Amino acid sequence: MSGLPQIYTAHVFVRLKPGVNDPQGATVADGLRDLGFDGIRDVRVGKIVDVELVAPDAATARDRLQSMCEQLLTNPVIEEYELELIEPQPLKLSDTAW
Amino acid sequence: MRAAVIVFPGSNCDTDTHHALSHVMGVPTDLVWHATPSLDGYDLVVLPGGFSYGDYLRTGAMAAQARVMRAVREAADRGVPVLGICNGFQILLEAGLLPGAMLPNACVEFRCEWVHVRVETRRTPFTEATDVGRVLRMPIAHGEGNYVADHETLDALHDNDQVVWRYSDAAGRRTAGANPNGSVGDIAGICNARGNVVGLMPHPERCSETALGGTDGRLLWESVLARVAA
Repeated sequence: MSGLPQIYTAHVFVRLKPGVNDPQGATVADGLRDLGFDGIRDVRVGKIVDVELVAPDAATARDRLQSMCEQLLTNPVIEEYELELIEPQPLKLSDTAW
Repeated sequence: MRAAVIVFPGSNCDTDTHHALSHVMGVPTDLVWHATPSLDGYDLVVLPGGFSYGDYLRTGAMAAQARVMRAVREAADRGVPVLGICNGFQILLEAGLLPGAMLPNACVEFRCEWVHVRVETRRTPFTEATDVGRVLRMPIAHGEGNYVADHETLDALHDNDQVVWRYSDAAGRRTAGANPNGSVGDIAGICNARGNVVGLMPHPERCSETALGGTDGRLLWESVLARVAA
């Protein structure tokens, strides 16, 4: 099936860099303590961006996703990211607009 | 002299800024839609406050991708004075026209109140006509004004005289209570290396006439108008 475009699903995990102050995480930590949860040392809040894209192969998909992360999905001044690329499913005719 | 106030989906201080420039200061001013490809012919560009694109992803992140931002960059490269107010400041940071980034306020509250800021440099078109150490009283209204930058960037800001305003008390003293959002170094506004691109969290357009409770915002407009006329 090589050469046929495939649908890739990616999970982009966006986190504040270590050392960057996280007021939101600190507030959630306080909330957990208020609920009676013991032993909370730290909470940091990030986000997950799920992207579905069509690409010819995994390397191309990963390249494009990295560019997306650098240009829009993350702010490199304060954030870092991890990419998780899911095994692709072959593109079916019913998935296309043509 | 002609000024442009950029309008993004979700800008909400655009008409206030237009009013301050056109009706209070008497400057011919256009509201310019974010899809506009060129800002040729404008002597002043203002990115107003608001919640562009609903603050989706990160404050200012989506607006930084708008087509007009290429024109803002070109205008900045030509030396045109560019001012980003509040969300406009956040957009300039996300667009890379100013260094650093914004985090949610350290107090995790939206702060809507009057603050004092101290002028730190006269090298920008917006502070040229005032004095270093002068204290301005202006309103803020933001949830993310907690300015951060890495040590290298902060050193460069200091070395190049790019910190334009710092939060202070009414007497110009930097006290713990004077900083409303936890910004590093009490920074309220900065400029680029050249000095013509400036961002600040307080709203000068909301204090440009007596009816609004203050007129210190006029100093920014008077300063940049004098520069453009010179």
